[in-house]
Amino acid sequence: MSLLLEPSAAMVKEQKLYREMGLTDEEFARIEAMLGRLPNYTETGIFAVMWSEHCSYKNSKPVLKKFPTDGPHVLQGPGEGAGIVDIGDGLAVAFKIESHNHPSAIEPYQGAATGVGGIIRDVFSMGARPIALLNSLRFGELTSPRVNYLFEHVVAGIAGYGNCVGIPTVGGEVQFDPAYEGNPLVNAMCVGIIRHEDIQRGIATGVGNTVMYVGAKTGRDGIHGATFASEELSEQSEAKRPAVQVGDPFMEKLLLEACLEAVKSDALVGIQDMGAAGLTSSSAEMASKGGFGIEMNLDLVPQREAGMTPYEMMLSESQERMLLVVKQGREDEIAAIFAKYGLEAKAIGKVTDDRMLRLFFHGEVVAEIPVDALAKDAPVYHKPSAEPAYYREFQAMPPYIPHIEDYNQTLLGLLAQPTIASKEWVYDQYDYMVRTNTVVAPGSDAAVVRIRGTNKALALTTDCNSRYVYLDPETGGKIAVAEAARNVVCSGAKPLAITDCLNFGSPEKPDIFWQLEKAVDGMSEACRALETPVVSGNVSLYNETNGEAVYPTPVVGMVGLIEDLSHITTQSFKQTGDLIYVIGEAKPEFGGSELQKFLEGRIFGKAPEIDLKVEASRQRQLLAAIRAGVVASAHDVAEGGLAVALAECVMGGASGLGAKVTIRGDLISELFSETQSRFVVSVKKEHQEAFEQLVEAKRIGEVTDDGTFTVNGEQGETIIRLSVDDLRNVWKGAIPCLLKSKD
Amino acid sequence: MYKVKVYVTLRESVLDPQGTAVKGALHSLSYTEVKDVRIGKFMELVIEKSDRDLDEMVRDMCEKLLSNPVIEDYRYEIEEAVAR
Amino acid sequence: MKFAVIVFPGSNCDVDMYHAVADELGEEVEYVWHDEENLDRFDAILLPGGFSYGDYLRSGAIARFSKVMAAVKQAAEAGKPVLGVCNGFQILLEAGLLPGAMRRNQGLKFICRPVQLVVENNETMFTSAYDKGEVITIPIAHGEGNYYCDEQTLKRLVENRQIVFRYHGENPNGSLAEIAGIVNERGNVLGMMPHPERAVDALLGSADGLKLFRSIVNYWRETHVVTA
Repeated sequence: MSLLLEPSAAMVKEQKLYREMGLTDEEFARIEAMLGRLPNYTETGIFAVMWSEHCSYKNSKPVLKKFPTDGPHVLQGPGEGAGIVDIGDGLAVAFKIESHNHPSAIEPYQGAATGVGGIIRDVFSMGARPIALLNSLRFGELTSPRVNYLFEHVVAGIAGYGNCVGIPTVGGEVQFDPAYEGNPLVNAMCVGIIRHEDIQRGIATGVGNTVMYVGAKTGRDGIHGATFASEELSEQSEAKRPAVQVGDPFMEKLLLEACLEAVKSDALVGIQDMGAAGLTSSSAEMASKGGFGIEMNLDLVPQREAGMTPYEMMLSESQERMLLVVKQGREDEIAAIFAKYGLEAKAIGKVTDDRMLRLFFHGEVVAEIPVDALAKDAPVYHKPSAEPAYYREFQAMPPYIPHIEDYNQTLLGLLAQPTIASKEWVYDQYDYMVRTNTVVAPGSDAAVVRIRGTNKALALTTDCNSRYVYLDPETGGKIAVAEAARNVVCSGAKPLAITDCLNFGSPEKPDIFWQLEKAVDGMSEACRALETPVVSGNVSLYNETNGEAVYPTPVVGMVGLIEDLSHITTQSFKQTGDLIYVIGEAKPEFGGSELQKFLEGRIFGKAPEIDLKVEASRQRQLLAAIRAGVVASAHDVAEGGLAVALAECVMGGASGLGAKVTIRGDLISELFSETQSRFVVSVKKEHQEAFEQLVEAKRIGEVTDDGTFTVNGEQGETIIRLSVDDLRNVWKGAIPCLLKSKD
Repeated sequence: MYKVKVYVTLRESVLDPQGTAVKGALHSLSYTEVKDVRIGKFMELVIEKSDRDLDEMVRDMCEKLLSNPVIEDYRYEIEEAVAR
Repeated sequence: MKFAVIVFPGSNCDVDMYHAVADELGEEVEYVWHDEENLDRFDAILLPGGFSYGDYLRSGAIARFSKVMAAVKQAAEAGKPVLGVCNGFQILLEAGLLPGAMRRNQGLKFICRPVQLVVENNETMFTSAYDKGEVITIPIAHGEGNYYCDEQTLKRLVENRQIVFRYHGENPNGSLAEIAGIVNERGNVLGMMPHPERAVDALLGSADGLKLFRSIVNYWRETHVVTA
């Protein structure tokens, strides 16, 4: 140890150096008691990252337990790289979503790129072939140069990484609200396909088996990234810039192909991505799950920089690295697979039976920690929770009734809201077609990716209207799941399961913790009602800037199964003469609506209500009608209400199509309310009877060939009349226009 | 040991889309004096002494791999690296 | 007829190329790793898109030094059809099998979308199944597809009818003379930025690329009279 200019164990304690690493006095005392001695500097660092919220879920664990995670089709629930769900034919789908919010706030291109890289590795570490990427993004309003910069560079980073690796980015969502001004959200989801027999786990077993390191060399990048992710952003965050890692998608592509070849070999025992807390978390978690120990000689770790200390090596978050456990004596077979791709698989340690993580450096033991102390036995906190004053205030408000004078201008105004506006500017930069399986490209409700060699396809979506969650976390949580299911159903799929990314503020604040609890309650209830268990997920807390939390944003990533390619349905109107129906009635619900935000500049009041029984029943009916082949198009009614939904259906259609509908009842509610569980469906005339027998729906008009969108009132008076080209220009032009105006 | 600095830029005759964009940005930051921006690549090679002619070797490397003569020009500087 | 799909480290449209030939064309096809030195057993060579060697330094700059490229050159000299798409086109340019070079897209962004092309020359072994002037829809997906060559080269390309595809309507990347694809003088090496292998199944939006592959097969059948 004499070589290292590191503080001694005594200094770590006396000078409370552990605090800088993110440990509390109580936690440090607990470590001392667990070890029966003082931890040295390296050991303290290892505990600090493993006990960070990012790795241990210490604050969110009690809440996450509420999620339903079982189902007859669930092959792998939460706890591994990704969740896995059976889709028949001996195939399964592996998927997970993860946040990279803090790194993206500091260095948007690399932060987003490495977020994509990490989630891809999570999926292929299960043995699955990644087939699609999605992402869920939140930014402040596109009115400040900083936000525009973040937005443009996050999108470029996602594109730069995903395009190069060759996994299509097929969908996702982008929303804008001042709540995310200083703390954008960047959540990336990866979906993979796997044969049942190829499923791998991140596990270390078999005394004497070899621990091998593959991929990029270890540098000093990203040290303490996991603890960084578990802190609020502040002025000082900028100074922490070196914590951000740089991605190498080319290396990832090689690693991906090599690992997928390696998982076919029975010489491989376990495999895990070196994600957050790198070498530390992968080795400790694999050993803890397997019930074994791991010994590593750090001198053998491939290093990019000279003079790295054990502390730096163990905490480095250099990207594109994997840790493998390989059967003793068969290392060469695995090494040969990697060599084909120009990669070195290097033996750096072995599996032991003493359940210890033991590290050697220059011939000395530099760390010796029980693996369970780092993983299974990490602390769990039950944080205090309190209903916030704002919530009581909102609940007590009288219903907000908007006033509209010009319906044409209101609709155009809503279509130009960045959250509603076309995201073509974004997805034009993503290669959404590579691997030639993308049947429904970005821009419809859910993306659809066919499964080659079968007649099936997957519907994929990410959703969360965080305004509702903010107004009422429990209801908003329900809606997030229900909306994802709606999108999946509209594409012709049966919802299978979800992955979630819980983006919240600091759990130390009872208000925030209450939001987390309530949102999870709501999501859990919806997951049960819609039979979509939670199979994987990620928690990102401390999403605050200078004490201000983002909206509670529990992003739902959902996967649905399309049993037959002929069921694939999109939102756009297809043909002149098709009948237009609405499923579900409107109520005057404007709290958190796009209209409220547009007219008032802020949101308040109650979130729209949702009845999960009604939701489930409507989804079942619609799916049955789609499967019966009597639905030409289907779209859910979401932000902006029916008027926006109809406009989206007609704008997505072929050039020259129009639509004419008649609205009865309260016009503002009918057109702009965001009442839940509603759909817009178009049906060929010859299917009218069959459709009406299967689905309770109201016929409101038909698709026309006049290139005009017309809404009439009960008396035949014109409420809205706009050329579809004008609608399209406003809707498509909004985001490019906002980005240009910064200059 | 030598340290060789290689500069690769797009040829004068070739439109440089990145350079044009940066020039526009500089102008909007009121640096209207900027008449042209060319964006290129800077590479630093550390080369061991050998029997081969260094100049010729570097020229070869530039023409074969480091630059694309169809659209790019290159120049280089050779420094004797100071032993540490 | 047997096709080779060359796989460089970082190629990622190899699978698409393979399936276009195997599933839609029904011809024999094999992946060939970049260190292969002999391509004699193949009748046509396909260089797929992707990011060979991460597109580091310049797109295609490193891949052109792969062992297999010598064999690709031989195949080209032997008159076999050689098709490079996207990154494959960039590699052919870097290797000098086609004239010119690629610059970053004029808008500086990666662009992925279906575009319209005009078939400028339908008298090649790659385009005989198209009509002259036919407008087809083929997707692009690239960040560096802004084709450039000097004036004399462009003049030669025009005179020899080496410009096979041009962008129709909007020029998406600023490419010189709206060039989307060119052949060599002999007409057996085609490089194009748009991805015909992504347009072979109407389910995915367009099957307009299929005729390109069919043209290759037709050419081969005409020149190789099969004796029973």
